[in-house]
Order: sequence, then structure tokens, then C-alpha cells
Amino acid sequence: MKDIVLKIEDVSKQYRLGEVGTGTLSHDLNRWWHLARGKDDPYTSVGAVNDRSLKANEDYVWALQDINLDVCQGEVIGIVGKNGAGKSTLLKLLSQVTNPTTGYIGIKGRIASLLEVGTGFHPELTGRDNIFLNGSILGMTKGEIRSKLEQIVDFAGVAKYIDTPVKRYSSGMKVRLGFAVAAHLEPEILVVDEVLAVGDAEFQRKAIGKMQDVAKGEGRTVLFVSHNMSSVRNLCNKGVLLENGRISYVGDVDETIDHYLQGGSAQKVHFVEFDDMPLPIQFKKIALAQIVEFSEDVEITMDIKVNESNPDYTLGFIVFDSKANCVAVSTYDEYGLKLIDQNHLGEIQINATFQKKLLKPGTYSIRFTARTINGEAIHTVEDTIFFDVRDTHTYRGLKGMYRPRAIIAPEVQWKKLN
Amino acid sequence: MDIHMATTNNIDKPEKWDIYITPNKSLFALDLGAIWRYRDLLSLLVRRDFVSQFKQTILGPAWFFIQPIFTTIIFTVVFGRLANIPTDGIPQPLFYMAGIIIWNYFSECLMKTSETFRTNQGLFGKVYFPRLIVPLSVVTSNLLKLGVQLLLFIALYIYYIFQGFELPGLLSLIFPLIILFVALLGLSLGLIVSSLTTKYRDLKFLIQFGVQLAMYASPIVYPLSLIEDDKKWMILMNPISSFIEMFRFALFGQGHVTAVALGYSVISTLVLLVLSIVIFNRVEKSFIDTV
Repeated sequence: MKDIVLKIEDVSKQYRLGEVGTGTLSHDLNRWWHLARGKDDPYTSVGAVNDRSLKANEDYVWALQDINLDVCQGEVIGIVGKNGAGKSTLLKLLSQVTNPTTGYIGIKGRIASLLEVGTGFHPELTGRDNIFLNGSILGMTKGEIRSKLEQIVDFAGVAKYIDTPVKRYSSGMKVRLGFAVAAHLEPEILVVDEVLAVGDAEFQRKAIGKMQDVAKGEGRTVLFVSHNMSSVRNLCNKGVLLENGRISYVGDVDETIDHYLQGGSAQKVHFVEFDDMPLPIQFKKIALAQIVEFSEDVEITMDIKVNESNPDYTLGFIVFDSKANCVAVSTYDEYGLKLIDQNHLGEIQINATFQKKLLKPGTYSIRFTARTINGEAIHTVEDTIFFDVRDTHTYRGLKGMYRPRAIIAPEVQWKKLN
Repeated sequence: MDIHMATTNNIDKPEKWDIYITPNKSLFALDLGAIWRYRDLLSLLVRRDFVSQFKQTILGPAWFFIQPIFTTIIFTVVFGRLANIPTDGIPQPLFYMAGIIIWNYFSECLMKTSETFRTNQGLFGKVYFPRLIVPLSVVTSNLLKLGVQLLLFIALYIYYIFQGFELPGLLSLIFPLIILFVALLGLSLGLIVSSLTTKYRDLKFLIQFGVQLAMYASPIVYPLSLIEDDKKWMILMNPISSFIEMFRFALFGQGHVTAVALGYSVISTLVLLVLSIVIFNRVEKSFIDTV
């Protein structure tokens, strides 16, 4: 059996709801009064389950509840879950930024979390100075940093700018530098939170490769938090699904992602709804399947609300792959269709279906825009809608034969002609 | 559904782990070892303060001199010439500059330390390192600044010696000790303010004008001997007063220092130091939830 390098036992974390800072004095006094008399803290006994969608009746909420997890050396664990499920809180506890309300966490060796873009960088200092500063914040000594300086600069690909103040860096360069420092810290446990979304495709590949090296080659442990299912699938060998502050699934990474995408309530279609806005045209509801089979069409249903009858209005969507490459763009008017007939106000339902057997299996995000035919955006739904293309039927899919470099996966008919 | 349950009954001993995280509530948990391990960070933060402070300035570190020189000139004109406040027979510029550089050091330590949690929120929210490193780096980099300003002060002193002012006695050698106590006092007050501002932002406003006003409640622009004997205690309530008088007494042989007043200042500084570390330790564990 492998060594357990991280043990989380009965960990819970409670937060106060509402505005922190106002009225806390009375709570503080009340709490102090209770504790001073040797009674229990009056506020740890209450607290609602962490579910964003329910209206909270309590003043306190459990961001994490009864978390138990053992992590062995060399495991690469993907932590997935909806926004607000407690992923970041868990990482905060692990990096000792805040303390759990109950329970304990034991860690063997060093733990390093990847800084967010530019955190800890001083804009006026040069890249070199910032490597030293950032490295020492992460717990390296000057000597250690000096011995790895060349590797770090090389990995970040900023050799030319190493003596330039970081404020002149592009945001991508800052992320690369930040990642390079943390990755060369050689911690026993590396915590990576959603950082890869910023760099370009080349850097993302490099970073994933580095994390794989760290895990496989050097036997270190990586905890990876992402909404990007294809990076989680690529990188991780184990998954943890958090739901409303509790661990609802631990196991094989593919199984975990399946559980996540299907949602706890077996809800397969993803709905996004919008309130009324003072816009001439807006989306009311967008619905699409969370998991699309490669050999099935992608179907999207949009409810729109037209407040101003203008024949120039149209709508469209852009599909991005997990590396933020634009894969496809389509608009209603490109087929010569008019979205709004004369004096047509109110709600309209639109269906968009596009071809099966084209999108390569992976995670895609999709951006919707209601706009004029001249390209002036009126209502944009930024990349909050995701779907996952799977191939569980064809030979290619079952054998995992998709080429990583290919952008699309059209079905090609191979034939011998003689 | 396969819900994973760890071996809950097996409570491991903390010694097994390198890092052991608990809902720790112990009051006095000053981990000096951790601070020592992060000493490189301390020196890099000091360097950062120094290097970044004068980026894109023309005069650069000359600002270290310009500020006390001009303040001394203004004080000499306003308080010395116009208001005719006596200076215990010490040449006026020397008297004021001694007060100014000590007061500046104290107020910078206090003000900058009091912003620790607010200005480092982003960083503190992401990584753990002993938080005390940041206020310590503030005190250290200001100490370097004080050192530079002391050179200016010494130059002025030498000028007055040539003018016939007497040489400082052996007692002047205790001045590093006085500076240490001034630093500790500024650090302690700053730590307390910074810890409390994470929750109660009102203090931010209080401290801004409070420090300005406190200068007039300390014997900076006037000697303590100017105050009537039965009212001296009002000024001496302020723990820094005796340190400033002691500083002048050590260097110029002039100043109103009593053992009781000095003892009070030393003891209150040490009490504040312990108290501030206790409060700071408590806040550093949970501040990210309340900030």
C-alpha cells in the first residue's frame, strides 16, 4: 500500500452569511460570553447545508461538511463540482490560508498552491526579482531559487524579459512565470486551481505535461481543481466530486466526471434562465444537453424575448474548445433567415441543431449573442454554458483513437480502391 | 452511490505529519522557528520595499533626506522662531530633527503595519507563510531608512559641535536600545490596529488622523520641561514620550526623564507587544473569512 500523504478527517468549515462586518460585534460578544461561561459556541450548532439555490434561513452556512479523504503519494486528484460546491474552500484549508471549524488535516511534506495570476508579483520589480520574491513566499530559500533560476526562466519562456518590470508583461507571461516558480518548488503536494484557463494552448500543454511529470516521474501528488472536464480527464487518475459542501463521489476520474455532468438529480439537460432586462432583444432561457453523444446531433433550444421589433436583429453562438479555440460560429441570418417578422413582439422559441460526428470528444463552452446583423452585440451570454461530447459507440471512441492534435473529428470513409 | 469514508476511528497522532491543521484556538502560538525558516522572505520583502519605492522617481533615495530636512526647517521657523517654544538649550534644528526622525520611524511602523492585512489580502488569501513576516519586514525596511536619516542627523550634529555645542556623552551609546523600543511600540500598536481593522474598518479612519494628532501629544515640537509639573503625567501617559525624552537626554544631556516614567514606557511596550502577538495570531487564522 502506498503512503498516505494527505489525510482529511471530519473537516467542516462554517461561514457567516450576509454582510460580514456589520452587527458582528454583538455576535462576538455573545460568543465570548458563552465561551467564558464554559458553554458551547452558540453559532456552531446552527448552520444550513450549503446550497446556493435555497433561500437561507440561517445566519451561518457550512461551506464544507464532514469531509473525509485520504490521498496517497503520486495520485493526481481532480476536484470537480459546481460553483460554490466548496472546492476553493477546501483548497484554502489545505493551503492553511484559513482554519477548519472542526476536524483536522495532516500533510506530509511541503504543500504549494499555485498563485493566481500576478498575486504576489510586484509590478515594479523585474521578472528575476519576482521569481525570488514569489519563490520565497512559497517557502523556498534563496539558495534553492538560485539553483533553479535557469530552469524556471526557461520553462516560463521569458528569458528575454527577465530584467524587465513585471508590469510590462502580458497576462499570459505572468501566469507562465507564476506557474514556473510553483512547479519548480518541488513540493510533495501541488495544488492547482483553475489557473490553466489563462495561458495559450502551447503553455497549457506544457503545464499539463509538467504536472504529469511531477506526478508520474517524481511521484508527487497533485490536487487539480477545474471546470474544464477535458483537462481533468487528461491529467487526473482519481476524481472527487463535491456537492453542496459534501463529498458525493470519490473514485475513478471518468466515473466522477459522469456523476458530475449528470448532476445529482440526474438532470441531463442544462437550463440557463435570465431575468427580464431593459434590452430590445434578450435571451430568456437556453437549454442544451450536458452530454452529447458523438453520433448524435447537438440540439440547442433558445427562448428569446423581443421588446422592439427590428428586422435587423439576429442571434448566434460561438463554440469554443477547452483550449479556448473558436471551433464554430453560426448565426440565424447566415442562412438568409429573418428572425423577427414585422411587428412581432414577445417571446419566440428557436431551435438550433447542428451536425453530429464533427466535434471531437471533449468539453466545449458556448457563447450566445443576440445582436444586429451588423455585429453590434445586444445580449451576450458569456462562456458559462458547457457541454461534453462523448463517444461511447464507435470503434474510435471505444478504443480512444482520437488524435490529440486534431481540432475536429469528422467521420472519414476509408476504402481500398483496388 | 459509492461514498468514500476514511478510517474515521483511527485518530492519528499529530507527530506523524509535517503539517497538522486543526481548528486551533491556542492563544499564544508564536512559531519563532517558522519565522526563522522564512528569513529569506523577510530580506526579499525589505529589498522589494526599497527597490520599488523609488522606481520612476528622479531624486530616488534622496527623498530620505529631503523629507526630514524640510520638516526641520518648517518646525524651526514655525515652532522655534514664530511661536518661540524653548528647546532646553539645544540648537533648534538639532532638537527638532531628533524628534522628527524618531517620530517618523514610529509613525511609519505603526501606519504601515496597521495596513498589513488589508494590503496583502490577495496574497494572504492564497498562500500560507508566517504572517508576522510582513510587519517585521515593514519595521526592518523603515529601520534602514532611519539609519540613513541618522547619518544626516550626525552630520548636523558635527556641524553644531564645530559651532561649540558640547560632545555627546557615553550615555548616547544606548540610543539603539531606545530605537528598538520605539520600533516594538510602533509594531505592537500597528499589529493591534491591523488585526482589528479586518473586522472593524472604522479604525482605519481613526488611525489616519489619530497618528497626526498623537504627535502633538508627544514631546516632539516642545520639550517635556515646558509642561507644568502637575500636568506632565498627561504627556507621559503616552508611552513614546519617555523614549523621545530619553533619546534627547542620551544625546544632548538635556531632557526630562524619570525612572518611573521610563519604566512605565518599557513595561507598557512589552505588555502591548505580547497582547498584539496574541491578537494577531488569532486574527491571522481566520481573517480571510472576515476581511
